[in-house]
Amino acid sequence: MKFVARVFLMPKTAILDPQGKAVAVSLHSLGYDEVADARLGKLIELKLDGKDEASVSARVDEMCRRLLANQIIEDYRFEVENQKP
Amino acid sequence: MKWGVVVFPGSCDERDAAYAVGSVIGDEVEMLWHGDEDTRGVDAIVLPGGFSYGDYLRCGAMARFSPVMKAVTAHAKAGGPVFGICNGFQILCEAGLLPGALVRNSALRFLCRSVNVRVENTATAFTASCEKGQVMSIPIKNGEGCFVASPDELARLEREGRVVFRYADGAPNGSLNDIAGVCNDAGNVVGLMPHPEHAVDPLLGSSDAAVLFRSVHAWLAGGDARKRA
Repeated sequence: MKFVARVFLMPKTAILDPQGKAVAVSLHSLGYDEVADARLGKLIELKLDGKDEASVSARVDEMCRRLLANQIIEDYRFEVENQKP
Repeated sequence: MKWGVVVFPGSCDERDAAYAVGSVIGDEVEMLWHGDEDTRGVDAIVLPGGFSYGDYLRCGAMARFSPVMKAVTAHAKAGGPVFGICNGFQILCEAGLLPGALVRNSALRFLCRSVNVRVENTATAFTASCEKGQVMSIPIKNGEGCFVASPDELARLEREGRVVFRYADGAPNGSLNDIAGVCNDAGNVVGLMPHPEHAVDPLLGSSDAAVLFRSVHAWLAGGDARKRA
């Protein structure tokens, strides 16, 4: 079966996120004063083959731990979706 | 002695590193390709600056999985000196050979200028011939040079004296505790964000950092003494 996994990577809250801060400042300068904070992360979309959602999730989790995320500075989460033919 | 300088796709300071240890220090140098499976019997290894694998995903994230890094890791685990400079430092952190990580500079700017760096620990392979507190002028040139680590890790590094180099006039990039370089617990693996290979000859504006490469001689010669200690 075909799956799509979306991996979301966000800087840990304790880590300074100067890019997010710059985005917030830019939004403020456009008048969006309601923006209290902005944090900038990454989205990685994977297309993959697999037997079922559980086994795909286990593999994606391993990919996150080994390569996609650096857990010293980032938190990750992901969603797996079965692609209907 | 013989040095190995690793060349990754996207490295750009490998010739400067080879010049530092070859022409300035006068040692033998061999270039090691990222696809090599071994380190050809070299005594010390430099992971040079640059933008290995385009800095894609995270700086150093892909380089750490290149074939040569298995051999570099084995060399490091056996106590062999490994010096990671700038991108090389990032690679060593990604590989778990050094603690912490390097993230975007706090001001979001690529910084390219000389900074004063203070030596905090002289019990490492690359500072063995330095004086504690010695300040050297070394250029930085990076966009992701801000050293971070968890509060626990940071406290441990400070407690164990593993902060090897600090920015003497304050970190230009937001690095925690003004950290410019750290080492592993044995002191044979050292990472430094500024570029000592660009500060080894008066023609380059500074020759302050040549002593870092020269230190390896003293470190290797003192190997037996260290084991007895």
